Amino acid sequence: MTIALEGRARRLGDNINTDYIIASTRKRDTLDESVLKRYLLETVDPSFAASVRPRDLVVAGRNFGCGSAMEVAATVIVAAGIKGVLARSFSRTFYRNAINNGLVPIECETADIREGDRLEIQLGGPVVTVADTSTGQTVTGTAVTGIMLEILESGGLVPYLRRAGRFHV
Amino acid sequence: MCTVDRVIGTDASAPMAIDYFTRMGGTRLSDPAGVIFALDHYAPPSSPKTAALHEQVRTFARLHGAELHDVGDGISHQIVLELGKVLPGDLVIGADSHTVTCGALNVFAVGVGSSDLAAAMITGQAWLRVPESIKVVLTGTRPQGLSAKDAALALVAAVGPEGANYQTLEFDGPALAAFPLHDRLVFSNMAVETGAKAAIFPADAATLEYLDGRTREKLTPVGADRGARYAREIGIDISTLSPRVALPHSPDNVVKVEEVLGTPVDMIFLGTCTGGRVRDFHEALGVLERAGGRIAPGVQLVVTPASREVHLRLLEDGTIRKLAAMGAIITTPGCGACCGTSGAIPADGMNVLSTANRNFKARMGNATASIYLASPASCAAAAATGRITDPRSIPGQGER
Repeated sequence: MTIALEGRARRLGDNINTDYIIASTRKRDTLDESVLKRYLLETVDPSFAASVRPRDLVVAGRNFGCGSAMEVAATVIVAAGIKGVLARSFSRTFYRNAINNGLVPIECETADIREGDRLEIQLGGPVVTVADTSTGQTVTGTAVTGIMLEILESGGLVPYLRRAGRFHV
Repeated sequence: MCTVDRVIGTDASAPMAIDYFTRMGGTRLSDPAGVIFALDHYAPPSSPKTAALHEQVRTFARLHGAELHDVGDGISHQIVLELGKVLPGDLVIGADSHTVTCGALNVFAVGVGSSDLAAAMITGQAWLRVPESIKVVLTGTRPQGLSAKDAALALVAAVGPEGANYQTLEFDGPALAAFPLHDRLVFSNMAVETGAKAAIFPADAATLEYLDGRTREKLTPVGADRGARYAREIGIDISTLSPRVALPHSPDNVVKVEEVLGTPVDMIFLGTCTGGRVRDFHEALGVLERAGGRIAPGVQLVVTPASREVHLRLLEDGTIRKLAAMGAIITTPGCGACCGTSGAIPADGMNVLSTANRNFKARMGNATASIYLASPASCAAAAATGRITDPRSIPGQGER
């Protein structure tokens, strides 16, 4: 099975920690992602949340999602309508949380992707391909395999476990 | 696939985990005795919303037979260590990134999100990629007055914010003996700021000393195989280390204290799973007393014991009374002001010096505040002077 995504690149830098994605103080006030999404990335760019369009793709540098393991950092991105996050590297806790919520994490070189570029992404095969149709460049990323791909293809850990009842490895 | 020995959730992660549990079709806990919740992030609750989150966790714990540590008991990973609920050789997952702290006790303790927690509550299992290991070899002689926090900050700076991503740190070397368990907890705690999945110390005399009176179970420690291969080795000669400060807004942005001497501070925070244990407050009180026994005018000193056990010890030995008499604000054991969810919030533009592990912008609930991280001794020296101060310049410094 192949997962295909396309959308508009939204550029971020290195070391975007989960507190920057959504502040702990916001999470204290509500766990409702439809409310929390208004504060997505507010510490980095207060105007970001209002500018997000469905199917936008977050494109970051190194170590995306570092810091706290709070899962709301992944679910608030999903709630904003974002289907995938591209980064040169991810913190392991964010990577897991993304997979578990059906948010596609793509580890690839992102240096040449610009704000607003159109991206087409294919994964599920031996490599992930990211085509930037605005620049004509295509990069390959680290393949998502094994149980991570199974969970992602199920749409997250909830549908995976509901269907399977337990882990199958 | 791994069978997990302990599953730990907090008020910041368990409510979401309970929601996942229900949505995953969970009806019962695989091992109720292995599931532990602690209400530590919103302690005490400051709004009806956070109070409702606590009620949700209490109700779930009662219904399913999980162990609950209520408001005031302390920080989840501190409680499980104190109560002997995690032991050498255990595999522990916790929905809190600082679960790695337990690695100091030879525990493979790893942070996860709420959905992984829920899945482990239902199945008793978690999938984990076997991580590569980085060997951290500590050598040299511990200088007088060197805090474990100084060494841990130096380590974070050396490895970088993702230098150990997906990997495990294994501590080793002849200088290990210079760091008793309360110091090792600081290293393991800060290791997640390098991206590390776990940060494990060998089980040795320090481990047994800590566990004395905390458990009667037969211990099954783990160690590296003979001839084990490592992804890389990092050597740290502790003889060369000195007080360190992490500057805003990243814990790896570390300099020697000499480089920031005189920086004015408005708030000092003593507490957290990094610097909220008995020895940390003793270290801080010692510096404050030697510096004249008073807090500089205009400086707020916020004191938050990591647990009830720590709080009680500090009450019994007079530490809390002395700190309170100096004008310190003593708050409920737990995470406190660390991530802005309970406790003191800095005012606009304030400089904060903290014993915590993270100083991201807005971390303490105000994006205009600047958070600096340092040892309890450095924090206390700054509390006494109102400026970032080398704790070695306080007369009589050197005890630890």
